[in-house]
Amino acid sequence: MSTKQELLDELLSSIKTHSHYSTEDAHMEVDGNKILAQTTVPGLIMDLVETDDGIEGEIRVKAGIKIAKPVHICFGMIPENGIQIIDLNVVMEEDSEAQFLTHCTFPNAINLEHRMNSSVTVGPGARYTYFERHIHSNSGGIQVIPKTKIYLEEGAQFKTEFELIEGRVGLMDVDYDAVCEADSILDMITRISGKETDFIKIREAGWLKGNRSRGVLASSIALRGNAKAEIYNELTADGDYAQGHVDCKEIVQDRGVARAVPIVQVNNPKAHITHEAAIGSVDSKQLETLMSRGMDEEDAVDMIIQGMLRKK
Amino acid sequence: MSVIELIDLSLELDGKKILNNLSIQFQAGKINAVIGQNGAGKSTLAQTIMGLPDYRNFEGDILYNGISLKNLSLEERAKQGITLAWQEPARFNGIDVSSFINAGAKNKSKTTVKDSLELVGLSYTAYAHRFVDKTLSGGERKRIELASIAAMEPSVILMDEPDSGVDIEAIQYIFNVIQYLKTKKITVFMITHSIDVLKKADYAYLLCNGMLVDEGDIGRMVDYFSGNCITCNHINKPVLEAVQ
Repeated sequence: MSTKQELLDELLSSIKTHSHYSTEDAHMEVDGNKILAQTTVPGLIMDLVETDDGIEGEIRVKAGIKIAKPVHICFGMIPENGIQIIDLNVVMEEDSEAQFLTHCTFPNAINLEHRMNSSVTVGPGARYTYFERHIHSNSGGIQVIPKTKIYLEEGAQFKTEFELIEGRVGLMDVDYDAVCEADSILDMITRISGKETDFIKIREAGWLKGNRSRGVLASSIALRGNAKAEIYNELTADGDYAQGHVDCKEIVQDRGVARAVPIVQVNNPKAHITHEAAIGSVDSKQLETLMSRGMDEEDAVDMIIQGMLRKK
Repeated sequence: MSVIELIDLSLELDGKKILNNLSIQFQAGKINAVIGQNGAGKSTLAQTIMGLPDYRNFEGDILYNGISLKNLSLEERAKQGITLAWQEPARFNGIDVSSFINAGAKNKSKTTVKDSLELVGLSYTAYAHRFVDKTLSGGERKRIELASIAAMEPSVILMDEPDSGVDIEAIQYIFNVIQYLKTKKITVFMITHSIDVLKKADYAYLLCNGMLVDEGDIGRMVDYFSGNCITCNHINKPVLEAVQ
């Protein structure tokens, strides 16, 4: 049986970070259903408890508090098998601001399930930035099932980036639903690289309910081997001058199969939504350019895919 | 110095003959200009020599230092030292200038990136970490492509209109690249519609309807740009008597 410190060291080593944060760094590390470490800063409340299969509770940033440095969170499981369920309620109070850098790491997964059931409320004028990077083993024996309800109050800003480009995806079933009040901004970016028999399903929906609300749903997916992806991006505009854009790019190699379904609905003549979807192989001109510099085809394809999946 | 020689080279695309029995020995270590109206087959010729997938099914032969390129793929030709600078360079989302230049560089290093960017008049600090995507203008991408080619140190460069999309101020840097290639004795095949660019070449070949209709020193070939062009109809319907 590993000690808490050993688990913590292994967890942090899998995400290539150090185990010592300064007193100014808010952070929390969870392995399975064990909270291994937790430090907070003034104005940030992390009220979480261990359950049979994971953790549950609330993260809250108090009104007017702007947390200068990113809050580091690591949810993971070092064992090969098991289940982790995170039930999380995030509240950003009025005019608060925080960035969360979250790693979900399952470096040894053979038969694991990670579920996230969360709700995020971003109060009036508050700003919430959430970057989530997944690190998985190469076995493909993992299921990742995050479900999130997002509510953006007037003038709120919500930006999230989801990245899974290391290891096998396994099975992923993402479901995000957002409601955007007046003058709020929703910005969701997803970058995933699927291989072998990975299956990726993403549903992201934004309702631009308030006047002048804005939303962008962007996904970049690369599929190789027999990997499959289904992407459902949905934006609905009701508010005056609401603006949105849906962008889905998928590169399909080998026997990969990609399906993109952008759903765009405008219920107000003053609103405007655009969408763009591109599915196919690697762009031939990009490939030929790199090959004309002497790169092998496989290396050139890798470089193009890594570029597409890179954080912009 | 490397030699490219075409022997009775013909190519049909979609049932249409684009290159028509071309036999040319390009001058080794020199700037060889290729001129002619739109549709004359200039870009097709460059892409055929490079071995792009749609341009492999040609008749005749292309020799590189006496060895046939017929069975060599695009990447194999590039590894032999042949490369192509596109008229309209590709955009690469998420690939920065430094990675792009180093991808094909002979010596992959920060110094190589810095030196090759300086050659085209772009500063390392301002450009190395920018993406080679739509945030760069066409002229900037053109200069970055030439920088990547200089870093590769190839033996033969196929340049398709090196000046197109480049503003007047930046054209001097294109000339710098051409001068640099001359001093390195690299064999250059350069397509151009510009009299100023043509004047930087050593020798020129005039194509019309996929055929070679004239060749000569720059002083004489320059006349084709001043209205003395051959009397054929240039819309891919040459009066054969005129070009024979």
